[in-house]
Parts: sequence; structure tokens; C-alpha cells
Amino acid sequence: MKKILSTQSNLNVMLIFSAVVLSAPLWLTPIGANYPDLLQKFAIFGVFAIGFNILFGLTGYLSFGHAAFLGIGSYSAVWSFKLLTMNVVPAIIFGVVLSGLFAAVIGFISLRRSGIYFSILTLAFAQMSYNLAYSVLTPITNGETGLQLTLHDPRVLDAAAAEQSGIPSTTLFGLSMSGYSGFYFCASILILAFFVSLKIFRSPFGVKLLAIKSNQTRMKYTGFNTRPYLLTAFIISGMYAGLAGTLMAVTDPLAGAERMQWTASGEVVLMTILGGTGTLIGPLLGVGIIKYFENIFSALNEQTLYVVFDFLPEFLQSFLVLITHPFVGEGWHLTLGALFMIVVIFLPGGVMEGINRLSGFVKRKYFSDDSGADSKAESRLQTSDAGGE
Amino acid sequence: MESNSVLTIEDVNKTFGGLRALSDINLDIEEGKTHAIIGPNGAGKSTLLNVCIGRLAPDTGSVTFNGKNMVGLQPHEINHAGMVRVFQTPEIFPDLTLLQNVMIPALAKRDGMFCFNVFKDMRNQTDIRDEADHALEDVGLIKFRNNKADTISRGDKRRLELAMGLIQHPKLLLLDEPTAGMSRHDTNRTIELLQKIKERGMTKVIIEHDMHVVFSLADRISVLAQGEIIASGAPDEIRGNPIVKEAYLGGEEL
Repeated sequence: MKKILSTQSNLNVMLIFSAVVLSAPLWLTPIGANYPDLLQKFAIFGVFAIGFNILFGLTGYLSFGHAAFLGIGSYSAVWSFKLLTMNVVPAIIFGVVLSGLFAAVIGFISLRRSGIYFSILTLAFAQMSYNLAYSVLTPITNGETGLQLTLHDPRVLDAAAAEQSGIPSTTLFGLSMSGYSGFYFCASILILAFFVSLKIFRSPFGVKLLAIKSNQTRMKYTGFNTRPYLLTAFIISGMYAGLAGTLMAVTDPLAGAERMQWTASGEVVLMTILGGTGTLIGPLLGVGIIKYFENIFSALNEQTLYVVFDFLPEFLQSFLVLITHPFVGEGWHLTLGALFMIVVIFLPGGVMEGINRLSGFVKRKYFSDDSGADSKAESRLQTSDAGGE
Repeated sequence: MESNSVLTIEDVNKTFGGLRALSDINLDIEEGKTHAIIGPNGAGKSTLLNVCIGRLAPDTGSVTFNGKNMVGLQPHEINHAGMVRVFQTPEIFPDLTLLQNVMIPALAKRDGMFCFNVFKDMRNQTDIRDEADHALEDVGLIKFRNNKADTISRGDKRRLELAMGLIQHPKLLLLDEPTAGMSRHDTNRTIELLQKIKERGMTKVIIEHDMHVVFSLADRISVLAQGEIIASGAPDEIRGNPIVKEAYLGGEEL
């Protein structure tokens, strides 16, 4: 799919991508994932993973602290809702700008080291932010309870509006941001985020980032000052995470410290690696798989399994249910873990590598006249979508 | 003579622990000339190149390139001053295509040390791509242009790196054993290529073991032994110099 993508013009890629994203409620219905809450999650974590991939996929710097920016985005959005207005536009601007500033500081310090030391530094920063939000900064973050909207919030820009009873919901110039309108708003942001990522991947800037990943020393002797390149990528990626954080607050206006915990940073790493690091679509596939497992697979229980294996003789049915039931419901982590291991061992390039191999195989098998050597050479180039051609 | 020297190395000393890797090195590289530095293993040839390129700081002494002091500058600043090094073990971008490998240094030349050009498309950089194609043709690698760089042979990687150096049109090209590990055929092709560059007037410093390469390219030769320059002169002078024969060539006839 990516191979197909990499030869298409930006416009075609964007048309296909938008069509797929906007029609998600249709094609997710058969697999039981068509409800607004989950759709919003897909889109929001999609933004998060796309941004993470700009850092990890292009420069190879593995950040274990991106959840910090997620939290910063959420807190600033909720404060914007509390103090200014329930309109989401200022909230998003605040969230993205503030997380960008934090990313500049954290990146400036962490990027003095590379490899595992960089990862540890970012992890340390994220855990510091988490603990600050949890305890010391309680006046700003409302500590354990989490930051919520209240009836007494000033909302200075909304003051002119009629007196409301109860806590208002977030809006986009009057359009309520819950349910499907919330999803379509997040989906539009996702499409925009994907477009920016596509531009970066295909720009000279993106290819230079790939070159830094490939051989940073050589890059320095080639005449590039690599530090500002890395810092820029880190800030962009942090702003994406901040954007995802604000979207979380947009769809559900509360912010808690647990959003900054290291498990949240780890989740986006897993998503990116599972889907395919450094590919445009891979991280989104990773998001889809993990969020699907978390929300749908975890809801399956023994009863559903009996229904699934109903067509079998009774002893076989109960035997299969016995074997499979630890892997569903509460045990969905087990299935996900096994899937992750299989992918990492057999497909180091993630699910995208599997798709590429499969499409290469199909091409060779059924369209053998367009020489097999060609597609082989192509698949060797697959690590980067950024083309010199 | 002083007026047209591109690189001047004055009184450079470098010690590693107790070992004197370089002692009181004085060297003038003249513009447009090819200057070979020869010497036995461990004589300090690579250390000297590392000092020039800013990878190592000399203990004392100065390196002046084009009238500017190079000591203490960052590697990318030295590159933009016009001094480019081709490494002994190929330093390329293994995950990128050959074309991208050559386009990167061309972009460095055009964009400078940092340029945030995300609004351009790599596929529209036709001027840079044509230049890169031309450079790949020069070294005979055009047929692999869309292959990943870690799929080609070691000899090809070295020629790829040469193309990466040449595309920047440096004022001074430092070559660290450009033909080591190459077949006879490839060596001869590289010599041809380097002679072609010489006609374009590019100044070069070559470190080389292969005397065939040295004597077919060099205008001047300096002999380094145990961190000291024991002789410096035209190829014919070096060939007949008894000290050189003694110290380096082991009395072997050249």
C-alpha cells in the first residue's frame, strides 16, 4: 500500500486518505467499532502516532516522554475552556503552542545525548511532569481529581451568551463537539496532520532527517549542523502530541495526570513499531489495531466464544472455548503481546512490511510480466517513503 | 610560494598518552596541486587528516585554510569553508538510495548548515537531482542510482563517497586511501577519475599506500615516519631520496 502511495502525487494520496478516514463509520460497522467514542479515539491517537513517527521514524531518536506533551495539551485546553470560552479553536492554539514551548526546552536538553540516554532523559522529563501535575502543581492541575469544568468558571468570552444551566459542552462556533460531529472534527484534524506529515516526509528537510538517522557523523562532515534539525523534529513531534492532548480535552473536557504517565508514552511507541516505523500509514494501522483490541476485543467473553464456535460438536466447542478464553476479555493484553512479538520477530518493519511483502508476492505471482527483479529492488527501498524520485 | 598555498599546517603537535603521533609538522598545500602523504602504518597520516578536518584538536600549532584558522571549528563549519574529506572506511548513508546519498551533500552546498524547507518537494529538486545524476555517472554508479547504498560492494561504496565529496566542489579534497580495497580495474578507473578532477584544478591531499597511485597522481610528496615529515618534494626527488628508502621503503627499488 505504501509502495503504491510513494509513487502517487500528494493530491491523490490525500484524496484516498480523506475518503478512507471520513467513511470510517461505514466500514468499521461490520467489525463492531462504529461508535463515536472509539472513532474519536482512533483519530486522536492517529494524530499522536503520526507526530511521534516524525521524530522516531525519520530521525531514529526514540522518545519515551511524549505523553508529557499529551498532558500539557489537555491541561491547557481545559484551562482555555474554563477561563476563556467553550470554543475549541483557542484551546487548540493554546495547547499546541504551549506543548511546542515545552518540547523546545525538553528537546534542547535531551538532544545533547543520543540512543538510550536520550530515551532515558525524555522518560525522566515525562515522569517529572507527571509527578509535578500529581502533587506540587495541584493549584494548576487539580492533582489527583483531575482538572474539570465547574459552574463557577469565568469563561470571559462566553459571558455575553445567555445564562446556561449546568456545565456547557465544547463547541466549534456553536457546533457541539460530541458524538459524530466530534469525530468528524477530529478526523479533519487527522487529515490535516497527515498532510503536514506527508509534506515533511517528501521534503528535502525530511530526507535530511532520514540521513541523520542513517549516519549522523557523516551528516556533520557533509556540512550540516544536525542539532537544530533534531530539535525542529522534536518540537514538531511534541506539537503533534499536544494537539492530540487538546483533542482529548475537546471530546471529553477533563485532564488528569495519568495522561502523562510513562505507560501512555510506551503505548505510542508500541503503536508505531507495530504498524511500521518510518512509514506514513504504519503508525495509523498500529493505532487501529491496539485501540481495537483495547475496546472491542476486551469486551468479548466466554458467552460470545460459545456463540462463535456454535457450529462445532459440543465437546470440541467447549475445548476450543477453554483454549481461547484466556486470550479475550480481560486477557486481551495477552493476544496483543503475542501479536506484537510475532510482528517484531518476523516483520521488523511492522504490519506495513507484511503488507508490502504480500503485495510484492501477489504482483510477482499474477503480474509476472512486469519483472520481479524490479519489485524486489523496490522493496529494498521501502524503509523510506521519502523519494529522491 | 606562500601566496598560493591553500592549506598551511604550522608546528602541529599531537600526543596520545605518551605517544607522539605528530611532532612539529609543517606543511604547505599549494593551490591546484595534488599533494600525496605517504608513510608506513602508524606514521600519523590519518591523525594529520583528522587534525585538518577538525575531528582532533592539535596540542599546539595551527591549521590555516584559505587564510582562516580551522582549529576549534565544528566539522560542518570546516565543510562550508571548502575542505571536504573522503574517509578510509566508507562513510555513506546506508539506508538511503545512491541518488539520495549524493543529493544530500549537494543540498548541504545549496541550503547551508540548517534550512527548514518542508514546503518543497524532494521530487521537484530537479537541479540538484541532475547534478547528482551527473556525479553518479562520473564514478560509474548511475545504474545503481535507485538502489539502497548498503546493497552495493565496498569498492562501489568508496566511489560513491568520492562522488559525495566531488559534488560539493570543494576547494580542497582530502582523500584517505581512496583505492584501498579496490580491484586493479577499479583502482585504475579511480586514478583516471582523479586525474580528470585535477584538470579541473581541484586541490587534493591524498594519503595512499599504493605507489602506483601516488606516482600517477602526485605533484608533491611528503613522507611521514613516526610523526615527523622526513622528506618533502617532487616525486622524482622522493624516489631518489636515500633517507626515504631507508625509513619507509626498506631499500626497495621504486
